[in-house]
Amino acid sequence: MGDQEVKLFGLWASPYSKRVEIALKIKGIKYEYFEENLSNKSSELLKYNPVHKKLPVLLHNGKPVCESLVILEYIDETWKSEHSLLPEDPYARAMARFWAKCIEDKCTAAMRSIWRSSEGQDKVIEELTVHLKTLENELKGKKFFGGDEIGLVDITANLMALWLGVLLELKGIELLTKEKLPRLCEWIDDYLNHQIIKETLPDRENLREYMSNLLKG
Amino acid sequence: MNLKIHSTLTTTITASQITPRVRKEKGQFSVKEPIFVTMGDQEVKLFAAWSSSFSKRVEIALKMKGINYKYVAESLSNKSPELLRYNPVHKKVPVVIHNGKPICESLVILEYIDEIWKSGPSILPEDPHARAMARFWVSFIDEKCSPAIKRIYRSQGEEREKAVQDATEHLETLENELRGKKFFGGDEIGLVDLSATFIALWLGVLLELAGVELLTKEKFPRLCEWIDIYLNCSIVKETLPAREDLLDHLRSLRRPAK
Repeated sequence: MGDQEVKLFGLWASPYSKRVEIALKIKGIKYEYFEENLSNKSSELLKYNPVHKKLPVLLHNGKPVCESLVILEYIDETWKSEHSLLPEDPYARAMARFWAKCIEDKCTAAMRSIWRSSEGQDKVIEELTVHLKTLENELKGKKFFGGDEIGLVDITANLMALWLGVLLELKGIELLTKEKLPRLCEWIDDYLNHQIIKETLPDRENLREYMSNLLKG
Repeated sequence: MNLKIHSTLTTTITASQITPRVRKEKGQFSVKEPIFVTMGDQEVKLFAAWSSSFSKRVEIALKMKGINYKYVAESLSNKSPELLRYNPVHKKVPVVIHNGKPICESLVILEYIDEIWKSGPSILPEDPHARAMARFWVSFIDEKCSPAIKRIYRSQGEEREKAVQDATEHLETLENELRGKKFFGGDEIGLVDLSATFIALWLGVLLELAGVELLTKEKFPRLCEWIDIYLNCSIVKETLPAREDLLDHLRSLRRPAK
């Protein structure tokens, strides 16, 4: 429908981009996808996100929405279909937003540090371990962070489900193991095997190669 | 929703029978003050620190909404066991307890307040795109602006020069965003204004301590005007610490320059 025109500017290897794609698919929203090239960003992307010049950018009826978590909330508020990304209850919503932010902040910071192999790695890995154990506890009695269904927190934790695992592998860091984090590993399996997730996320080997090349280059 | 108000005559009256008072003074936004008494099932506590801009965001929001709350003063260098129990993940202020349940992280709290207490001014707009814009600007302030200012304060030499460059660019972006608007939220204070509390007061204090001149009327006329108007709103004025107190406090915490 013309008045429901949705465009997504994304990148196949970006966890942030994939969050938005997953949300659009879960909601059954039709969209046009534009693959961006990070070393040669389109003039459209720069026009729609002049502040950060980053993706993903969602365009709905010509109006841009930037920042993946902002986009997820926008999608949930605009398309109120059966599958909600956030729960109805205000307290449960607050908890979901809290965990999404927590995962985003802590995971991103840890990955950045591990990526650069910056000084103080041991401390970073220690902090990440504490964070992952907190998430392990949060999963007690639940299949997904969202309960029986995937929600905002699960989609945000894309980063952890695939990208973190690949990075830890490339760096030879053993952290995400079934012995240390059984519930989290089970969540990863369930998440990555979910129909929509499986068809949306990049192939693990392709991602591994992409990240490996970036690390070398 | 029918609210039972327990008056001294033990007569229950519903919310529709209460006429909200509307107070509008020149230069200030209107606040409808619901005539509530503290209800046991609406118990709100706020764990906060007077010198924390994140704490103050929440305090201002609670007052804007006319919510009765108990203030629990925390010391950042000596946090209470209660705070650590309610916020075990981050161990930080602010924390709001509502009916015994804790909510942490200032922005999460602000959205929660807006969803639960629908009387009084709205913190977020109705329209989903406008809400997305508000959240976008809040993220920009918290992740780009404020860190750049803090970096100026904490660094020297080349690192500081780069931080000044970044901060200037970010403040210019905010300056543009204020075009044609009294507040970031439009005619009324909203989520972005509350989040920009750091910029309204802490920024100036940190830059003064760092001996860096950046936020001038010549370079940033709209931002400076916003600061004046925001700081002079009665609720903001009565909630924020005195500039001198904040300056003395931050000065006393200052580590010696490298």
